[in-house]
Amino acid sequence: MAVLEISGISKSFTTHLSLGRTRVLNGVDLTVEAGEVFGLLGANGAGKTTTLKTAVGLLRPEQGSVRLFGMPITDVRARARLGFLPEQPYFYDYLTGREFLDFYARLCGIAPSRRAARVAEMLARVGLEDRADRPLRKFSKGMVQRVGLAQALINEPDLVILDEPMSGLDPIGRREFRDIILELRRHGKTVLFSSHILADAEAICDRVAILRGGKVAACGRLDSMLSDRVRFWEATLSRVDPAALGVPHEKVWQRGERVAVRIQSADHVDALIEEVRRLGGTLRSLVRHRRTLEDLFLGEVGYEAPEKPKTPAPEMPPIPERRG
Amino acid sequence: MDKTLAIAANTFREAIRDRVLYLLLGFALLMIGSSIFLSLLTVGSREKIIIDLGLSAISLFGVLTAIFIGVGLVFKEIDRKTIYTIVTKPVGRAQFILGKYLGLVMTLSVNLVVMTIGFYLLLAYEGAAYARLLPAVGLTLLELIVVTALAILFSSFSTPILSALLTLGAYLVGQLSWSLRLLQDRLDPGIGRAVCEFFYWVLPNLWRFNIRAEVTHAVPVPPAEVGLAVVYGLAYAALLVFIACLCFERRDFK
Repeated sequence: MAVLEISGISKSFTTHLSLGRTRVLNGVDLTVEAGEVFGLLGANGAGKTTTLKTAVGLLRPEQGSVRLFGMPITDVRARARLGFLPEQPYFYDYLTGREFLDFYARLCGIAPSRRAARVAEMLARVGLEDRADRPLRKFSKGMVQRVGLAQALINEPDLVILDEPMSGLDPIGRREFRDIILELRRHGKTVLFSSHILADAEAICDRVAILRGGKVAACGRLDSMLSDRVRFWEATLSRVDPAALGVPHEKVWQRGERVAVRIQSADHVDALIEEVRRLGGTLRSLVRHRRTLEDLFLGEVGYEAPEKPKTPAPEMPPIPERRG
Repeated sequence: MDKTLAIAANTFREAIRDRVLYLLLGFALLMIGSSIFLSLLTVGSREKIIIDLGLSAISLFGVLTAIFIGVGLVFKEIDRKTIYTIVTKPVGRAQFILGKYLGLVMTLSVNLVVMTIGFYLLLAYEGAAYARLLPAVGLTLLELIVVTALAILFSSFSTPILSALLTLGAYLVGQLSWSLRLLQDRLDPGIGRAVCEFFYWVLPNLWRFNIRAEVTHAVPVPPAEVGLAVVYGLAYAALLVFIACLCFERRDFK
């Protein structure tokens, strides 16, 4: 069942001095299904934040529509099942962590008798129970992010939307955030988040969409988008003259009697192994190089690697082979 | 309603943890206190001068606080992006505006009570009679209710500086809008009169809330006039807040 349906939304903003309009979204279509972790990827300025802000009702689309749990976003019943953490959030810094969460619990209509327990539970969940009575202005960036996540989860939402939740966090903070997202999925919640940190997306997403120029350039299940696309196989051989190999290949490097060759087709893998045996050599390793999310991402955002220098790189000195 | 009250309570908490409020309150108390010294310098009844100056100080500092805090009330929420997590909760935008408004009215009421207590202590020290002052203070609260509504209306669609100027302008015009009636009487029937009539009804009639001179000089104010001012003030403020909600409903948060 679709939790969030974004159909053909367009949005433009007036430029400085209202002299013109810049189109930020250009017909974005997205559907987020119940129970999945969905990653919205894209370069800076691709329209990730605008898409998410439109999804949560902070912006109104000029064209297209947003439906949350089958209802328009203006319906408070839809928002009652939503949790949202904006990018680089800033909160009321004169409140303590506990006051802050109590305020949000009240906004979500949580009964007074249940509120204190719910706030304490959320503080424990994000690991802030010992800082609960300190004002937010004394919180570090990571702590603000965590208390922000706590406010997004206070109403036990079915859909959690997080805008760049891991940017600016240290590796430990990112790991903790990833664990919380995975825990939400285990509890049957749906998570939509934007990121430009591909390793995070690759580690936790079921599906991703890549935005480019205000449009969805690619969208699908991460495992099928990546595993279907083996780029090449690389074999490291020793005591084999690559020129004698009767299989289409490309030499990558040679150090002493070791040589690395690349073959493009899986059909040639068996033939290569046969050839190495026939020539009396040894197959040291055979690695399948999958298409990574980074390759996919760079391809979809239209990134072209800078041209390599024309002068040949100096040949690497041979590494003496360890024997014994 | 609880959500609106939660926003109001939070606005109140923000204001009372803000140093600007104490600065303004300190100045107000200082000015009320200084009326003792000023009364020594002027000719006339000491008691009348103290009452006149004290009531004027209460009104002036109340209005300044309403404008200072009121124009930043909504803007700060958008500028600091704190609003992102509020309006994405099951809270209507109108509830947000109403909550912010009630929070500030709550702050101004407490402020007014503190100033009035200070003023009464001063009068008690001077041995002056003060029972008749409360209607004047009550109408000052109504004036603040209208000025706050003006501030929140302007700040729902413009920047704090522009909102402050517009609110201040509306406040000054509102003190003098009675003169439109005088002007109207001197004009021939026609478009000029219609324009005067229109502005008389559109602009806030803030002079209705000023009975300080009558109170100072112990001139009786007809209860019907006070009652009319109360009804007018509440209705006018409600209309302004309603328009502010409509403006806010259509707003994008970039």
